Amino acid sequence: MAERGIIGKSLPRLEDPPLVTGRGRFAADINFPHQLHMRIVRSAMAHARIVSIDAEAARALPGVVAVWTAADIPDASPVDFREGPNEKLAPYRQHVLAREAVRYVGDPVAAVFAESAYVAEDAADLVAVEYEELPVVLAADAPPGEFSPGRSTEATLVRQDYGDIDAAFAAAHLVVELDLSVGRHTGVPMETRGAIGRYDAARDVLELHGAAKVPHKNRDSLGRMLGRDVTGIHLYESHVGGGFGVRGELYPEDILVLMAAMRLGRPVKWIEDRREHLMATNHSRQQRHRIRAAVDAEGRLLAIDNEFFHDQGAYIRTHGTRVADSTCGLLPGPYRLPVYRARGHFRLTNKTPAATYRSPSRYETNFVRERVMDEIGRRLGLSPVDVRRRNFLAKEEMPFARPLAALGENVVYDSGDYALLLDKALAAFRWDEVQADMARRRAAGEMVGAALAVFVEKSGLGPTDGARVIVDTTGAVEVVTGGASVGQGFETVVAQVCAETLGVDYDRIRVTHGRTDRIEYGLGAHASRATVMTANATAAAAARVRAKALDVAAEMMQAPIEALDIVAGRVVRTDIESGPSVALGEIARNLAPSAKLRNGREPGLSSDGWFDTEHQTYPYGVQMAVVKVDPETGGVAVERMLVGYDIGRAINPMLVHGQIAGGFAQGLGGALYEEFRYSETGDPLSVTFADYLIPTASEVPEVEILLTEDAPSPCNPLGIKGAGESGIAAVGAVIASAVDEAIGIPGAITELPITPQRLKRILAGIRRPLAAE
Amino acid sequence: MKPAPFKYHRPTTLDEALAILAEVAEEDGRILAGGQTLVPMMALRLAYPPHLVDINAIPELARTRVEDGRLAIGALVRHADLQAPLGCPPLDGLLAEVASHIAHYPIRTRGTFCGSLANADPASEWCLVAATLGAEFVIRSADGTRSVGVEDYFQGVMATAIGPGEMLVEARLPLLPADSLWGFYEFSRRAGDFALGMALATLRLEGGVVGEARIGVGGAEEHPRRIAEAEAALVGRAPDEAAFRAAAAKAAAVIDPLEDHATDGTYRRELVETVVRRALSAAMAHRQARPRTEIEARS
Amino acid sequence: MNEKVDLTLTVNGQRHAIRVEPRKTLVDAIRDDCGQTGTHAGCEHGVCGACTILLDGEPVRSCLMFAIQCEGRDIRTVEGLANGNELHPLQQSFIDHHALQCGFCTPGFLMLAAGVLRKRPDIGDEELIDLLSSNLCRCTGYANIIKAVKAVRDGLAQA
Repeated sequence: MAERGIIGKSLPRLEDPPLVTGRGRFAADINFPHQLHMRIVRSAMAHARIVSIDAEAARALPGVVAVWTAADIPDASPVDFREGPNEKLAPYRQHVLAREAVRYVGDPVAAVFAESAYVAEDAADLVAVEYEELPVVLAADAPPGEFSPGRSTEATLVRQDYGDIDAAFAAAHLVVELDLSVGRHTGVPMETRGAIGRYDAARDVLELHGAAKVPHKNRDSLGRMLGRDVTGIHLYESHVGGGFGVRGELYPEDILVLMAAMRLGRPVKWIEDRREHLMATNHSRQQRHRIRAAVDAEGRLLAIDNEFFHDQGAYIRTHGTRVADSTCGLLPGPYRLPVYRARGHFRLTNKTPAATYRSPSRYETNFVRERVMDEIGRRLGLSPVDVRRRNFLAKEEMPFARPLAALGENVVYDSGDYALLLDKALAAFRWDEVQADMARRRAAGEMVGAALAVFVEKSGLGPTDGARVIVDTTGAVEVVTGGASVGQGFETVVAQVCAETLGVDYDRIRVTHGRTDRIEYGLGAHASRATVMTANATAAAAARVRAKALDVAAEMMQAPIEALDIVAGRVVRTDIESGPSVALGEIARNLAPSAKLRNGREPGLSSDGWFDTEHQTYPYGVQMAVVKVDPETGGVAVERMLVGYDIGRAINPMLVHGQIAGGFAQGLGGALYEEFRYSETGDPLSVTFADYLIPTASEVPEVEILLTEDAPSPCNPLGIKGAGESGIAAVGAVIASAVDEAIGIPGAITELPITPQRLKRILAGIRRPLAAE
Repeated sequence: MKPAPFKYHRPTTLDEALAILAEVAEEDGRILAGGQTLVPMMALRLAYPPHLVDINAIPELARTRVEDGRLAIGALVRHADLQAPLGCPPLDGLLAEVASHIAHYPIRTRGTFCGSLANADPASEWCLVAATLGAEFVIRSADGTRSVGVEDYFQGVMATAIGPGEMLVEARLPLLPADSLWGFYEFSRRAGDFALGMALATLRLEGGVVGEARIGVGGAEEHPRRIAEAEAALVGRAPDEAAFRAAAAKAAAVIDPLEDHATDGTYRRELVETVVRRALSAAMAHRQARPRTEIEARS
Repeated sequence: MNEKVDLTLTVNGQRHAIRVEPRKTLVDAIRDDCGQTGTHAGCEHGVCGACTILLDGEPVRSCLMFAIQCEGRDIRTVEGLANGNELHPLQQSFIDHHALQCGFCTPGFLMLAAGVLRKRPDIGDEELIDLLSSNLCRCTGYANIIKAVKAVRDGLAQA
């Protein structure tokens, strides 16, 4: 096969034309005749016993078809864990409508079904709930309380370790101890959640429209929860207005629209509003780490001992303890670490439930670990560069297995040359010049600082993905995948891989995704896996279609297969210039079930392809920033930002750049702006976009991007690694470090986000501001 | 986030509007002008007005005019309208600069000057302007017209002298003498956000010293106001950094800062010192100011 | 109070006779009653800008107006930007500069930029960034949106 140069090229996206012309089809754009609109009545209390619910006035409102409380759906299953039953954690799951008690402001208490969204909201206002207040637990680092009689709010203690921790600390030249906190924030896609349930009684098929991220896994979960055959449930992904980890998990509302569609006999549409979104959709990130590091006299890590408190919020949702587990498994990052112990207190609080958000556990642990590295460097008089270089795993140590687990598999770094990327990034950033410039500006009275942070990401979680490539009789190509698109450019990437392998134009390829009725299996799009897994499966399927096409063409053209190639959708002879050619559509016609030329071959110019992998891939990166602090207001401005990232191999560099730039903006939000705050009674204070501060064009500088391909993954034939989480991963870490530098107080930043109010307190010499309040 | 039902009224004259308002005032009927604050409140169901009196079809309210040494701004004059030259320098320059800090352009094309004054958010830029310059508020009802001075207008957080059945039909700002210097400074978390603190200063110099000073602070207390102690600290002194520091320190010392979950009194007090000093410096730095964004100026 | 009223909205030159309650927001009427779903509701309280449309040429948040206020006015939405199959320069520029990912905020940004460039084809960089700060995007980090709009502005300057 000739190198066609399609992979690796920044081609325009196939997704864009409908999206720029207003022809996209997002969840709210989907309508069915006779549909009902659902509105959720949510708890106004953070923790209370439900004394009574009076829905009579709501039921009496014209246009209201039904109002449900938990009593109306006694058979409803709580929202299940994606990876299947877990006896220990099961009592902490969320019911689709609260039963005896509510546990956070926003907890669904009742569901109204009405002829319009307006009337449904009017009716929801009329549902009167009487509560008896219960004590609230709002801090995961406070002593645990009682979740239910005899059941602690510490659902479990997650732990991972290796080596003799006491011996390592006893032998240490220096022990560094830090107390670090990451604030509560989350993905907040521009499209809120949406779900439309529809029951086709004629075929006995239940449909969920507005699905995202993991349609196939959700189909399986829904089958378990609803007691239905999975062939009788279909999920349909529409356009998805941003995923970021939170969208596409199963939530109570998804189950409610399906149950209602069946019982009420009409399609049921639910579109989350923004206020609901900020109190109902998964939060993330909130952790406090008490970390100790033992180092030798040269600044080499001997051991890390970390105890952390994970604020899970009110219930354990679909992910179970995944974020806390990977917090243990992935904290060590790019460094050699002989001894390690991590213990995480996984605790329930009376706040919105938490789960994954883009770069889950890495955003948090990169902040924690890189804070530790800065402190070690400072205590031993090593530069930030030297202390890191000294501890890097070497290229020669790859693949490197650490006796830890993350996302259900052992941690094995597949490839990497961390020192090389750091050197390249230092050069690209002009680090030495920047340092000199900082010194000059500081001498002139400015509070400016530059810093760096290093990280290892993970991507391409396996184990297996499949794709089907179909060439129709007109020569058009369809790739049917079990992947999902959250707006990242999935269709374009898959089309590029198929085009390169098969030999067709990429814009003649239709990529289907997120539909359980088209393909039986699918991994969806999470953990930056779509490109790695689905692209490799597509390559495998396309290669088989190619072989089949050439086989038939050889017969049609009376030529040896070796002399044939496929170019722009036609099979041509490579040994004769301007010789005869055959279009793929014609070959497809000759493979029709009744075609004479088929000669016993499997009908159709199509094939499935599968890709299996034992391990995920571990891309890695460096982030560097220059910040300026206004000491009078406490404001922080980011003047420069660089992300250096080794992607193994980029299929479409433009899209990788886009992922990095967008991730950075979100990371900046978590570092400086975004925070879910609560009152002392558990009232959420960040439920509008005037209070939850997403950075705008004025706050986000353009990111300088250094994309390298020095360490292709040996785990897959294309050598690719994922890119989705690289831009965000270490932003908290690098901004914190740069602010330290700017204000000249090493280790000052112990808490994210760095708000002006907190920074002013630090500048006034008050440490650990607000955290104790 | 769908507003609750309401009855919609669309009068075409001011008298008609006031007559309707008189009828519906008892039931919490509201004026709908730009709607950039009221409609979000309704969407969040924090406001349930059963009647809305839409004044957008009353063209006479959309005018500004200069009369008797004052700029009169009608109830339908949008923020963006005030970014255009109004023929009354240097006041119009001040207004254009301040307007550019109000939310964002698509909000400024709808939201109104008088609507901001009637809503009286502590962090409203226009309330700061009105308080600092000494606006006169023309309030009408079906029963008549009354004029309220700034000292009586602001009555607390989002509380004003406007009573039930009344409407703020016009605000009048005294023109600034030609030799007035002015400076505005605000600090907000993001571009376009409500400020955590802001200050507006106008100065006139006489013989190298400050002869007349107005210093207003907003976003820090229940409502914006002039800080007489800070003004007194400045008058008679050369307009230099030391004098500005003294005035700013005075302002910070005398305010009664608002506190909330994110912002304590100490932060607000220190911020007031900063914004006052920066507003004063700005007054000296750009003696002839121009709008930060010119797009509205041409509209 | 729930009585519906008849009114006609003119969206992209097309007249839509609709029957809605006075409380129906403009964005909901455009989407539900006129069937033009390219305008998106992202926050319904006037902050995110996804619902930005042009009303008599001015960019406004369509979630902060009621449909009943807009009878007889010229409403322009993203569906009306292209001229048949020929994309508006901003649409093409957004594709060329990878200024969209999920595409949910895109119609709002396009209408905001279209409104701005129509009035100010020579707008300066700093002012442009300030104006684009009125809308939120969660995917791109904004740099490509800024580049896409600048490229169209610069093209207008040359034309």
